[in-house]
Amino acid sequence: MATEKQSKPGWKKLQEGDLIIGGGTAKEFKTGDWRSKRPVFIPEKCINCLTCWVYCPDSAVIVKDGKVVGFDYEHCKGCGICEHECPVKGKAIKMISEKEAKANEKK
Amino acid sequence: MAKSNILARTGNEAMAEAMRQINPDVVAAYPITPATEIVQIFAGYVADGLVDTEFVPVESEHSAMSACIGASAAGGRAMTGTSSQGLALMAEMLYVASGLRLPIVLADVNRALSSPINIHCDHSDTMMVKEAGWIQIFSENAQEAYDNMVQAIKIAETAKVPVIVTTDGFIISHGMERIEILDDSVVKSFVGPYKPENYLLNFDKIITVGALDLPDYYFEHRRQAAEAMRTAGAIIMDVASGYQKISGRSYGLLEKYKLDDADCAIVAMGSTAGTAKVAIDNLRAKGLKVGLLKPRVFRPFPKSEISDALKNIKAIAVMDRSDSMNGQEGPVCLEVKAALYDKSLNKPVLDYIYGLGGREIRLDEIENIYNDLFEAIKGKSKDKITYLGVRE
Repeated sequence: MATEKQSKPGWKKLQEGDLIIGGGTAKEFKTGDWRSKRPVFIPEKCINCLTCWVYCPDSAVIVKDGKVVGFDYEHCKGCGICEHECPVKGKAIKMISEKEAKANEKK
Repeated sequence: MAKSNILARTGNEAMAEAMRQINPDVVAAYPITPATEIVQIFAGYVADGLVDTEFVPVESEHSAMSACIGASAAGGRAMTGTSSQGLALMAEMLYVASGLRLPIVLADVNRALSSPINIHCDHSDTMMVKEAGWIQIFSENAQEAYDNMVQAIKIAETAKVPVIVTTDGFIISHGMERIEILDDSVVKSFVGPYKPENYLLNFDKIITVGALDLPDYYFEHRRQAAEAMRTAGAIIMDVASGYQKISGRSYGLLEKYKLDDADCAIVAMGSTAGTAKVAIDNLRAKGLKVGLLKPRVFRPFPKSEISDALKNIKAIAVMDRSDSMNGQEGPVCLEVKAALYDKSLNKPVLDYIYGLGGREIRLDEIENIYNDLFEAIKGKSKDKITYLGVRE
């Protein structure tokens, strides 16, 4: 937390009145950083029905050429709707804890 | 001089006159007694082509302030006028305007708040929004109402803090007085064109206004707004000094009347300050050393200037034209006391809550306050809080 505090500008350096200069800055706002669970994609089980893509409230299911290829973890909030809606027996999407996922990433 | 600049004007007419000379880009307003005339007269100026203003007749005061916020954020100079319930309905948007640092100027005609419903003067409306991050300037008469409006637009735009200029309902707003106005061209060059650094209609420099501010940024932006209010005092003084050069009339954060050698002093804002001056002249004629401290600017609160002005006074009465309904003193008295505490000035300070809902304040009542103060100096205890003029 201490390092995060120092990395952000103090009040004297900020734009007055909460102005944001420049357009299209929403792209830079990564909204998925507080997720406690994340979906993991299991491609061998996926039938590419795109039900998860339709239901995802954050448009965080990445689709290429009509096929699901994974998730946008910068914006996914980990709600689990994709897993719930996945019609495949045994599910092609599995929710795992973020903590576990981060530990796996480090390995 | 071909044309006389001395006119007979009510407070409302004087404020509308100042708005005509300022020629704002947008005025958005909803009528309310006793402030209606300000925007009604101004709407006449718009209809007659005397100003270039876009007049937006909205469906409520909440919308009036919202439209002013939109206009100001877009890059325009925006003004409005209201009173009492109208100011209360605007309250939510007042905080938005000051948080976005938009230099809107609002003419508020002080009127009591419901309930019970009443249309006459007290300061409860303005006191209700004393924490809204707006500069508050009180006027003693129609002349000051005019002068304060002209200065307010420049103060707001320099400080990037919105300004409320008040008059007392009916007493000033509808009382006709002799006022002296400046030439249109003098006001035009004094206020100058409005050139915001960032604004929504600047397509060469795109901005976002009003974005969500979470726990990691909100505090910093509030800190900036707090600082803007602290530094606004110096800006108000600068603008006053420029205004003196064009008008010959001098303004400060506060005004002292026969205060420097006084034993007893009254602190009063708005039209009552004028009444108190007459009471002081009467008592001075009898050899009593009495004086007045009139805070012209209530926000930012001129804390050190007030304690300096009162440091040699032996007993002080604060006249509060509103009650905070807080089980203790009224708002002005509490802040005056706090100012004295920080300078370790321990002296009798009596609070007089008066004039609610337009109850008249008479000369003899003010003279009696000074009598109370002389008694207090002698150590004879007086009520700390007096409801002056209420029937027991």
